[in-house]
Amino acid sequence: MQIFDFEKPIIELEQKLEEIRSLTGTIDMSKEVKEFEGKILDLKHNIYNNLTRWQKVQIARHPDRPYSLDYFTNIFEDFTELHGDRKFADDKAIIGGFAKLENHSVMVVGQQKGRSTKDNLYRNFGMSNPDGYRKAARLFKLAEKFNKPIITFIDTPGAFPGIEAEERGQAEAIATNMMLMSDLKVPIIVVIIGEGASGGAIGIGVGDRILMFQFAWYSVISPESCSSILWRSWDFKEQAAEALKLSADDLIQFNIIDRIIPEPVGGAHKNQDEMFKILKPILIQELNELLKIKPDKLVKQRKEKFYKMGVWEE
Amino acid sequence: MAWFVRSKQNIEDAKPAYMPDGLWTKCPTCGEMIYKKQLEENYYVCYKCNYHFRISGFDYINYIIDENTFKETHTQIKSTDPLHFEDTKKYPDRLEEAYKKTSLNEAVTTGIGKVNGKEISVAVMNFNFIGGSMGSVVGEKIFRAAKDALQKKIPFLIISASGGARMQEAALSLMQMPKTAAIIAELGNNQIPYISLLTDPTTGGVTASFAMLGDINIAEPGALIGFAGPRVIEQTIRKKLPQNFQRTETVIETGFIDLIVSRQNLKEQLFKIINWFS
Repeated sequence: MQIFDFEKPIIELEQKLEEIRSLTGTIDMSKEVKEFEGKILDLKHNIYNNLTRWQKVQIARHPDRPYSLDYFTNIFEDFTELHGDRKFADDKAIIGGFAKLENHSVMVVGQQKGRSTKDNLYRNFGMSNPDGYRKAARLFKLAEKFNKPIITFIDTPGAFPGIEAEERGQAEAIATNMMLMSDLKVPIIVVIIGEGASGGAIGIGVGDRILMFQFAWYSVISPESCSSILWRSWDFKEQAAEALKLSADDLIQFNIIDRIIPEPVGGAHKNQDEMFKILKPILIQELNELLKIKPDKLVKQRKEKFYKMGVWEE
Repeated sequence: MAWFVRSKQNIEDAKPAYMPDGLWTKCPTCGEMIYKKQLEENYYVCYKCNYHFRISGFDYINYIIDENTFKETHTQIKSTDPLHFEDTKKYPDRLEEAYKKTSLNEAVTTGIGKVNGKEISVAVMNFNFIGGSMGSVVGEKIFRAAKDALQKKIPFLIISASGGARMQEAALSLMQMPKTAAIIAELGNNQIPYISLLTDPTTGGVTASFAMLGDINIAEPGALIGFAGPRVIEQTIRKKLPQNFQRTETVIETGFIDLIVSRQNLKEQLFKIINWFS
């Protein structure tokens, strides 16, 4: 598993602990073991609770982090993937379909990255073409038609910047989705599980409840691109991440997100099963709350929520 | 023959975003020397090659709104620095510079005015104000101008000129995309016509929100219109882009623009459209 520099002190202590443990056959080391375990716990607490924003971005990109499909198959029952936008193609970077959450039929839609190089090429690194947004739109309308709630999972380094993406209207596809989502008469829960980069993210990111993982990031641009534009160099990504205030702790203060989903110690990749166990009851609870609200009121509240966004003085 | 050959004449990226002082101006596309007064009379359009110079929001207002009918609105809404954003400069310093350079109060100007006697609500962007970038104030002013259209039951026009979202407001800028898209949905639900005019350049989060959502999408000739900027695309795909890629004349062929209108005919064409709706 990929280890980050800031985690090295923890790994060192854990290795020492192993050494001590290996001695226990000959001498009683239980006291030392306990002491070390305590130290490691303190250190983890200290490191993971004081991560810089850039370190969080790194965790959000960890290749062992659960992706949308992992949630679809581990939190929901009976996931049936539905392909294609019925217009042009089946985008592999945005996927979706039918799923059951407890006894509710829901529509799940999410961005999907790949783990291996081959898989990543297939998924286009989680960067959707317009066809992905149009597939999402088709599934949203299908859900609305049969009065089923929608849950979207955001995890993208951005909408794909390519020639064909432009020719097929990347901008129009994203714009149309936001307009559509603002008007859908069914509950929408948005979960930012990893990377939430710009228009690529907000293209499936309009909803009644916006949940964000503890170590996910969400902003108008990636720290690298921000660095290259504002500092005219790729070397200022740490500063850019700080300046962009892209962490969940930042965004909740500006009411851009509604709730922070805690992750297992060190991040979702350290314990995927625990991550599923944390998220599932939260989704059920949020969904049950939203289902109590009448459709007209739901849409009105959703619009009001986005209308209030921004900070200005007058 | 020289040992080097210039492969491309008239490299388009070299277009200036400002109007040079002096009596004569060189057209950046065809190289024609144009007498400035002549240029002014021709709506800042090159009479030889129809190149549309970038102009300010108030120029558009002068061109399309009947004399003495424009009332500017929502001028009291001002940008703050909620994130304490600092790159090579502090955001408040950037704002201060922009106020001084442009004498404008933001990257968008909103108001109510008449087009040949028909009242409309209008929002026009100013590219020379921090690249016409959309932050909270741009989003809020567009939102309120749309609300004005809704309340008065009059058409809504946005003239876009923008590099996209304002990075210095990060996620708050991003949220202006769904905010503006949602109010445009509301206009549609209430049968209020919304006309989007895309000028050079319209890219990023502005294209990917209100600019592409018009009941009618109009573009000026030769305007750069796209989601990702040309340089970003070239870096990603490691290829040179085809000529005229993301230009109005290409974008209309891919199906995202209803019509191309030259600035000289803009008012007349707008009136025809507004009249159709009424």
